[in-house]
Amino acid sequence: MDNKKKKSISYAKWGYIFIIPFFVVYFIFALYPTLLTVYNSFFENYREGLVQVGPNFVGLQNYIDLLTPGKDGTIGIVRYFGNTMIMWIIGSVPQFVFALLLALVFTSARLKIKGQGVMKSVIYMPNMIMAAAFSMLFFSVFSTVGPANQILAAMGILDKPIDFISIKTSARGLVAFMNFLMWFGNTTIMLIAGIQGIDESLFESARIDGAKSTRVFFDITLPLLRPILIYVFITSMIGGLRMFDVPQVLSKGIGMPDRSTFTVVMLLNNYLGGSKNYGMAGAVSVLLFIVTAILSIFVFKYLNKKE
Amino acid sequence: MDINKKATVRLTISRILAYAFVLFFCFMCLFFILLLVVNATKTNFQLQGKFSLVPGTNFLANLKSAWTDSSINIPRGMINSFIVALTTSVLTTYFSALTAYGIHAYDFRFKKAIFAFILGVMMIPTQVNAVGFVQLAYKFNLTNQLWLLIIPGIAAPAVFFYMKQYLEATLPMEMVEASRIDGSSEFTTFNRIVLPIMKPAIAVQMIFSFVESWNNFFLPSLLLTEAEKKTVPMMMFQLRSADYSKFDLGKMYMFILLAVLPVVVVYLLVSKSIIKGVTSGSVKG
Repeated sequence: MDNKKKKSISYAKWGYIFIIPFFVVYFIFALYPTLLTVYNSFFENYREGLVQVGPNFVGLQNYIDLLTPGKDGTIGIVRYFGNTMIMWIIGSVPQFVFALLLALVFTSARLKIKGQGVMKSVIYMPNMIMAAAFSMLFFSVFSTVGPANQILAAMGILDKPIDFISIKTSARGLVAFMNFLMWFGNTTIMLIAGIQGIDESLFESARIDGAKSTRVFFDITLPLLRPILIYVFITSMIGGLRMFDVPQVLSKGIGMPDRSTFTVVMLLNNYLGGSKNYGMAGAVSVLLFIVTAILSIFVFKYLNKKE
Repeated sequence: MDINKKATVRLTISRILAYAFVLFFCFMCLFFILLLVVNATKTNFQLQGKFSLVPGTNFLANLKSAWTDSSINIPRGMINSFIVALTTSVLTTYFSALTAYGIHAYDFRFKKAIFAFILGVMMIPTQVNAVGFVQLAYKFNLTNQLWLLIIPGIAAPAVFFYMKQYLEATLPMEMVEASRIDGSSEFTTFNRIVLPIMKPAIAVQMIFSFVESWNNFFLPSLLLTEAEKKTVPMMMFQLRSADYSKFDLGKMYMFILLAVLPVVVVYLLVSKSIIKGVTSGSVKG
């Protein structure tokens, strides 16, 4: 008995040893920088040319500055949150609608679609592709001399090329379309797994009862799919709020035209870039975190309540 | 009989529609890749003319001019990206597996609290630590060090969680006991017995973290300022900032193709296990 106890204690030591690297790295490279970010947000700390200003404690001044309307009467960061959300919504509404339809087609016992393995691989592929490169590809395809304009000209629709990325609607539309292409396959595969996880006997008994497929969908599939839908929706929203690579490359980092594709993380990137404005960058990060958390909780509560 | 026939016709029609629907989306995904590959084979002159999907003959010339470009050093970028992505994926998977095994196989004080802590921090988005991370990198003069992008991979809560789930489902503790009786140390047991069992999980997570690291743009662009240290995504931005009107378009498509090719090739080889990993990795809780 005594011997056994001794043995288990000596094993316990190994548990600690094995998890030490993870925690050492986590504290130094993730937790400490995170706390430093929050700390920074209360300080004035930036470079102007060669002059370093601060760090001086300024309380909530950075947050006040961020939320104060500029000369044109709009609040920059609110506008950028708006841009980010608009581009996310334009892309994610079709993303969810088509992913759900595709998942239903793939899992339909009646249709028995063949070649599903290959098709799933194909629709997931855009998710693996470098967003920065994908965006650069879209820039060239939709430039004034690119294939998109060539096709439209060949069809006789246009006599003068359209500069897609300098028009607000099409620039935002392109960002949204890229996000759609990169993520609808992922959503489809998640929803397929969700539908396959539903007890087969439920569908069976519905079929025996002679229920129509629309009724089966609204009364069985959709309610039982809800947890996965909520999960995919919230992860998509969190990812959407952090949108950066695609609009950064497409708009050359300036959110053209007229900052209409400028996102919150692009603002963060601007503060961290040249002027090393750790104070304002910290405040932007904290605000982004707060907005993400509030929206996630709100969406979760709202979608979970509707029984 | 007539009703049966009607039903068959209706089924055939809905099948045709379903295939058309699914294939349309497959086409959309493949079209842009196809366009990229085809355009990378054309000359600048051909690209300015009428649209066509017929490949050109300028592939090797474009490859040569992209590969030897003086301002965008794509071979260097690919080597840098490769170093970072490969080492990150090895470290991430190895240490996530080790941490998961440490928590799975041993009983020690605060084990539950530690597990809860890791799950909790999984919710904190990585962008929140970027400000502090960049500040520390500049403070300690560590910018332009590739290892600074690699080491943080050791602590990957999401990968840890995946490994933990996998261990719970697959590792028989009897095998660990047997290895102990054979007199091997705990560390050897992990490397010789546990790691081989975890091979499928490690393979999937290695690919995911390789791809994530290869495609990473945000943090590298804030930390790597020297041309010699740039990674491929940064070069895509550099390409965007170049004077487009004077640029050889064939060369430009070649740059983009080189940026996405390694991942696409890997993906084509192992897409089946990746698709499996997509769903198993995300069923949380």
